[in-house]
Amino acid sequence: MESLPIVIQILSLTGALLFLFFIARLIVNGKLREEYSFIWIVCTIILIVFSIWRKGLEKISLMLGVYYPPSLIFLAAIFVIIIFLVHLSVVNSSMQQSVKELTHEIAFLKKELADLREDQNKPLAGRSPLVTEA
Amino acid sequence: METAPFRVLVVVPCYNEQAAIAQVVAEINEVKQQNNLTIDVLVVNDRSTDNSLAIIQKLNCHYVDLPVNLGIGGAMHAGYKYAYRHGYDVAVQMDGDGQHPAEELPKILKPIFDGQADVVIGSRFLERTGFQSTFARRLGIRYFRWLNQFLIGKSIHDSTSGFRAFNRRTISIANAYYPDEYPEPESIVQFGLHKLRILEVPVVMRERQGGTSSITLAKSVYYMFKVTMGTLFLYIRLQNNQRSHGIITNCHSDT
Repeated sequence: MESLPIVIQILSLTGALLFLFFIARLIVNGKLREEYSFIWIVCTIILIVFSIWRKGLEKISLMLGVYYPPSLIFLAAIFVIIIFLVHLSVVNSSMQQSVKELTHEIAFLKKELADLREDQNKPLAGRSPLVTEA
Repeated sequence: METAPFRVLVVVPCYNEQAAIAQVVAEINEVKQQNNLTIDVLVVNDRSTDNSLAIIQKLNCHYVDLPVNLGIGGAMHAGYKYAYRHGYDVAVQMDGDGQHPAEELPKILKPIFDGQADVVIGSRFLERTGFQSTFARRLGIRYFRWLNQFLIGKSIHDSTSGFRAFNRRTISIANAYYPDEYPEPESIVQFGLHKLRILEVPVVMRERQGGTSSITLAKSVYYMFKVTMGTLFLYIRLQNNQRSHGIITNCHSDT
């Protein structure tokens, strides 16, 4: 267990740091909202902790009665992924609801605008349209 | 029928119905003239990809143009919201494909005018005349009848029928919440739990005049599943509301 891990340790450490950098860049560029970046930052930190503190994983595994430490990683990772997917579904559902309501309001406003135009009729005809069709 | 003081809004959802929509609106306007009814027609264009919008704009009707395709549930919800906000007394749903003949309008409006019901559903199956749909579809409809019977203790023969009339009280409930995607069977459970008086009247339906059904064979399994889930969860949610608030609120009834 002593000779092998130093390479993989460096690899996973650089991998985790690169990932952290990537997430940070997404936030800075405004492509990822902070609330969704939270889970990724926490995951990366956990990854970094365990790539430095190698004995930690073994210790925790044995403590929990898991005799093959990597399986604990898979278990934890799958659990986190499933929770996060459910979270995304919830976010998606509420977004769909918002889109529906916005669509209704826009449609009503478009109708009101069209009706107003019709009322005022000719005087507006020469002007440029207030709302252009997509 | 004498001149009704009721203001009626006929909501016609329209998704790619360029072949039939003009005829549908023309027929409604004709019936309106003949029976001296106060009817406005509102076509809800659900982001049709064909020529529907251009046709609708030339017709003698109101229309709203949804900028995003929402499906039949979202389109009808827009119609009911519109009816609610503009103070209509009655809202009617009528498909844009010509399945629902406008001559039957007075039949489904009468119980509302007479105050006999809050929801009137035009049913194909009470008197077995006109287009009866396919065997598989009727089997599905029978299943929904059983589901409704089980959940709200009411036997609705044609729960998938999209030919229905609502009074003001029902409009206010539909304004607050209307199911998505395949709303017809779900909304019956919703209305049943709100203790609305649901009445079925026999109507004659035609085969669609143009376009294709929104429910293809491949989608029908998903349809059954979605509607069953939607119905059950709606039932549980409304039951919970009822328990915690005494009565189902969330609607500002003004009748």
